[in-house]
Amino acid sequence: MNIIVCVKQVPAKDAPLAIAGNWIKESDIGFEMNEPDTYALEEALRLKEKHGGEVIALSMGPERVKQTIKEALAKGADRGIHIADDNFAQLDPLGSAMVLTAAIATQKCDLVLTGLQSDDHGFGQTGVLLAGLLNLPHATLIMQIEVLDGRLKLKRELEAGWFQWLECPLPAVLSIQSGINKVRYATLKGIMAAKKKEIAVVTRESLGVSIEPTQKIEKIYVPTKTKKTEFLTGTPKEAAAKLVEKLKFEARVI
Amino acid sequence: MKILVVTEQRQGKWNNISFETLVAAQQIAAATSGTVSAVVIGKGVGALANEVATKNVAEVLLIEHDLLERYTPDAYCVALKQVIETAKPDLVLFPHTYQVRDFAPKLAASLGKGMIGDCVGFRNEGGKLVFVRQMFQGKTAADVTFTGAAPWFVSFQSGAFRADLLGAHSGGKPPINAVSVTLNASDIRTKPLELFKEAKSAVDLTQAPLIVAIGRGIKAPENIAQAESLAKALGAEIAASRPICDEGWLPMERQIGSSGQTVAPKLYLALGISGAIQHVVGMKGSRTIVAVNKDQNAPIFEIADYGIVADIFEVMPALTEELQKAKG
Repeated sequence: MNIIVCVKQVPAKDAPLAIAGNWIKESDIGFEMNEPDTYALEEALRLKEKHGGEVIALSMGPERVKQTIKEALAKGADRGIHIADDNFAQLDPLGSAMVLTAAIATQKCDLVLTGLQSDDHGFGQTGVLLAGLLNLPHATLIMQIEVLDGRLKLKRELEAGWFQWLECPLPAVLSIQSGINKVRYATLKGIMAAKKKEIAVVTRESLGVSIEPTQKIEKIYVPTKTKKTEFLTGTPKEAAAKLVEKLKFEARVI
Repeated sequence: MKILVVTEQRQGKWNNISFETLVAAQQIAAATSGTVSAVVIGKGVGALANEVATKNVAEVLLIEHDLLERYTPDAYCVALKQVIETAKPDLVLFPHTYQVRDFAPKLAASLGKGMIGDCVGFRNEGGKLVFVRQMFQGKTAADVTFTGAAPWFVSFQSGAFRADLLGAHSGGKPPINAVSVTLNASDIRTKPLELFKEAKSAVDLTQAPLIVAIGRGIKAPENIAQAESLAKALGAEIAASRPICDEGWLPMERQIGSSGQTVAPKLYLALGISGAIQHVVGMKGSRTIVAVNKDQNAPIFEIADYGIVADIFEVMPALTEELQKAKG
């Protein structure tokens, strides 16, 4: 089974964000693989180990994105595709999906996997849009994948503790729910092996995609508070004592 | 402006966030001199259409078909595309549910349109609608506008609008118009099978009056004992945000958030939880929220009544001790 897994690079979880217009200042902060995508990558590697085939890691963004592709290769992906694009952050979800679709269409694959959503934009639309643009069946929030004869049996998470089984023919696009598996770390051997693996570089132009954006992020800002928070200060012991007072006599919850 | 609201039901039962989205539609209609049409889609859902017709809407569009009895993204996209092409709305609104995430972006794309998903509010700026959504896990808000021609597709987050503000119809009942759609079994490529719940969970966090919840800040499973001691001193149940349960450090049944349980205890003490949207929707109804986090910009402080900006590993033992003292 040949699998393309879409991995995005996002600001590191603890990176201090400085707002600059409709995006953030990217100098001075670290980047990492979008956590929900690590589960999709892990699932792709497990499917390959069980059923054979190859795993292609696909990512879009500026030069730094190569590091995320290398991480995927070190974990066991066979090769990478980098859609080099310095203005990726300004694309709308449909535009991003159109570029990814063009890159996927150049490959022979049975399955396209994405994470649930990205920790930066958080649109959560990519997998479903890829399915629409590639005209493939899809399912989202997947918690288990079983490969049957030419089709998949999938466990899909619904809200409030409900799940559903469903069947889906191949080829297909799946958005993976976080927590489906336990992700592996790259081994030293894997990191060494990754150095010999190929990363093909393409661009919007070389893929022949032109985009008419459907929406625009006008600006981003620190959200306005809806509640007035009373901050309790002092040493941890003092703050703890103040909190117990508040909970007892003001909020009256203990 | 003509606004179409796609309501959501499963097996003939409402997903109640549908009513919040109807409130959003009424407010946008009021701001733009628009009208609201409510779509009820499924099979044998006439009673639900009757119920929506008691609300302040211009019309109810009832879409019924045998192939819509059980939700599939393919059937919903094929059917709703026809409805949108006939009804010609300017704005199509959805509740931001797991089901909507599963089909709405594709539906919009099939009409060559984009969708602004998971919005928490809107503004009318001189006739131009600005939608507000969160980014960077709730650390920032973003103003987003549509750049192309209508119809525009938008989904609203659970809790963004108050369902109790839903206006009733003032006089006479709006028409319920059945819209027939053409659907073939071959349109549907995925096959939905049974719905089920995992083994019944031993703890019902929804009934707990006091909850101590841990997030990524707990760092390692061996540190959970400190939070448990605190919970014991308080007489509270222990809970967690999704990443902790994904790691297997606490069982899934202790998870609070959009994919876990929704709780509204008397006290919710959040330790090392940043306050990502997916977590906050599961606990923002709590009566008193206390947040302890070393990052003073963590979004959890936006909804906290009391905050302590500090290392949880210093606060947890101190607070445990103070609680034990207070109880004598």
